[in-house]
Amino acid sequence: MVHTLSNGSKYDGPSLSLSGLRKTFGEVVAVDHLDLEVMRGECFGLLGPNGAGKTTTIEICEGLTDPDVGTVKLLGLSWKTSARELRQRIGIQLQETQFPDKLTVEETLRLFRSFFRRGIAVEEAIRIGQLEEKRTARIGGLSGGQKQRLAMACALVGDPELLFLDEPTTGLDPQARRHLWDLVDDLKRAGRTIILTTHYMDEAERLCDRVGIMDHGRIIALGTPAQLIASVGGEHVVEFAVMRSDAMRSDAMRSDAMRSDAVRSDAARGDLDAAPLKEIPGVQSHRVDAGLHQVSVKDLHTTVPRIFSALAGMGMHLTEFRTHSASLEDVFVGLTGRNLRDE
Amino acid sequence: MSRLDESSLYQLTSTRFRLFLREPEAIFWVFIFPILLAVGLGIAFRNRPADVLPVGATTPQLTQALAADKGLSAAMMDEAAGTHALAIGTIDLFAIQRTDGVVYKYDNTNPDARSARLLAERAVQSAAGRRDAVVTQNEFIHETGARYIDFVVPGLLGMNLMGSAIWGMGFAIVEARQKKLLKRMVASPMPRWQYMASFILSRLVMLVIEVVVFVGFARLAFGVPIRGSFFDLAVICLITSLAFSSLGLLIASRAKTMEAASGLMNLVMLPMWILSGVFFSATRFPAVIQPLVRALPLTAAIDALRSNMLQGIGLNHLLMSVAILLAWVVVPFSVTMKIFRWR
Repeated sequence: MVHTLSNGSKYDGPSLSLSGLRKTFGEVVAVDHLDLEVMRGECFGLLGPNGAGKTTTIEICEGLTDPDVGTVKLLGLSWKTSARELRQRIGIQLQETQFPDKLTVEETLRLFRSFFRRGIAVEEAIRIGQLEEKRTARIGGLSGGQKQRLAMACALVGDPELLFLDEPTTGLDPQARRHLWDLVDDLKRAGRTIILTTHYMDEAERLCDRVGIMDHGRIIALGTPAQLIASVGGEHVVEFAVMRSDAMRSDAMRSDAMRSDAVRSDAARGDLDAAPLKEIPGVQSHRVDAGLHQVSVKDLHTTVPRIFSALAGMGMHLTEFRTHSASLEDVFVGLTGRNLRDE
Repeated sequence: MSRLDESSLYQLTSTRFRLFLREPEAIFWVFIFPILLAVGLGIAFRNRPADVLPVGATTPQLTQALAADKGLSAAMMDEAAGTHALAIGTIDLFAIQRTDGVVYKYDNTNPDARSARLLAERAVQSAAGRRDAVVTQNEFIHETGARYIDFVVPGLLGMNLMGSAIWGMGFAIVEARQKKLLKRMVASPMPRWQYMASFILSRLVMLVIEVVVFVGFARLAFGVPIRGSFFDLAVICLITSLAFSSLGLLIASRAKTMEAASGLMNLVMLPMWILSGVFFSATRFPAVIQPLVRALPLTAAIDALRSNMLQGIGLNHLLMSVAILLAWVVVPFSVTMKIFRWR
């Protein structure tokens, strides 16, 4: 069951266009010369760690924060001249809004519906949010996922052309997250333009047609999830830890736990020369993070045996080994040298 | 949906009203507490038959002479016991027979003791044979409108109008700001003035209930008079409530936490509880601070309420109070509009 956009707007340029956006809070530069265009019907994700400037950026788009410099156009209109019209045409879900505990789901939606000149019926919003059973329940008694779906339903009552979702699944359990993802899928299918922020790479990969990776107020990479992952240079990531075979023997008397500490120590690691690893055909890049070597490769079945033999040739013994498909996390790590959730 | 249902002002106002009714504590403070206070004060200050004052005397003759007066009850005791009884307040006056006459021992700052002194003197002198030079008679009056309960009910009404307006505004707005609900509201197309107006409108609905319940109770239970016109009384209550709502909005216009807000509210209300003549006449304060006392909204409100209820004075003779209250409606509201923090 999908609710399809009923309005036919004449404007068919980008739904969102930002140029030269900059915003500082005191000393802190939250958004730094940001340019971005989001096309009609696109689901765009701003992905980045906490403090990257995602929320500031989206709140500038939503007309809640004024940029120091730069222009913002939504549906071809700007906040300065068309705020009232824009408020009618966009839908917003903010991070951490707490609706009054003692209102019911239906009352809350009815209240928000009354602010819009046109939009969907309250019943329809309840159905989209899958809150039929909770219609007369007070918000205080809803689960985290239900509250988030209510926030989403409140953002939808005005049948918006452009929808902003700020960290829609933060703090939800895995099941509630998947539930919300299905809801976003439905909205995409209905042809709405969606702009969301998230610090979950899997969420961005799963939901977004295009992703902008943000760090320190800048978009450091922009493209479809597949393009971004391809830019890392390999489809798979091999992670392993090693220690010298002779160190291994002298360690044999110790307990496993202590040996594992020794593997991660600088002495055991410093012995491995990265240069021969990069020579191996099929290896695209190499980096070391907390004692773990990470190598991106194109074809696991041909490259992994070569890595094994190279390590054996250097007198190294594998203590850990695993592989996974490259993800946006690896893109972020590759670009910044940090993990998404280092904070 | 009916047209009324679609009106955002109606939805906002009915939401406010619902939230208030779902808060049992608020209902207690607004409706029940003033009645309990009036009952307590009514019992404490109820009109009793004129008190019989307990006195002591050292000799049987003196005791008999004192007991002959209907206003006194006399007991015989020796000097040590009498002094002790005076000290602990079981008697108001102690009459000591000396060779050269009678000595009265009493506290001349205590009105009861001074009355006892007059009665005792009369009793002693008439027992000794003094005759009155002039024939006199007494006529007793116990008129409603001159009792303490009559004085205190308009005071409590004013205090209640102040408390419910300031608390009602302050807590609800600051809570909404703290829970980021205000931010969510301004992210929607809701006209901002309607948010303020919804508070005032729901306040006015509550006001009618509040005043009718409290004044009705005071009239039925204690016979407190309403000598002025009901229309004038309604107008005074309305302006009073608007003035305090305006002040409540101002208090809530910046505060980010409930703690800060409740501190501010107490800071604003405390001087008025003391200075504005709720429990005793504001004219008791020294002349130097009278201009300040007069300028307080609660003083003006209570003056107007007392003049209306107890003396039946029309609004046209209360222009000063009305002007002060109107100033308190306009000034805080205009300041609020300039400094209100929506996020």
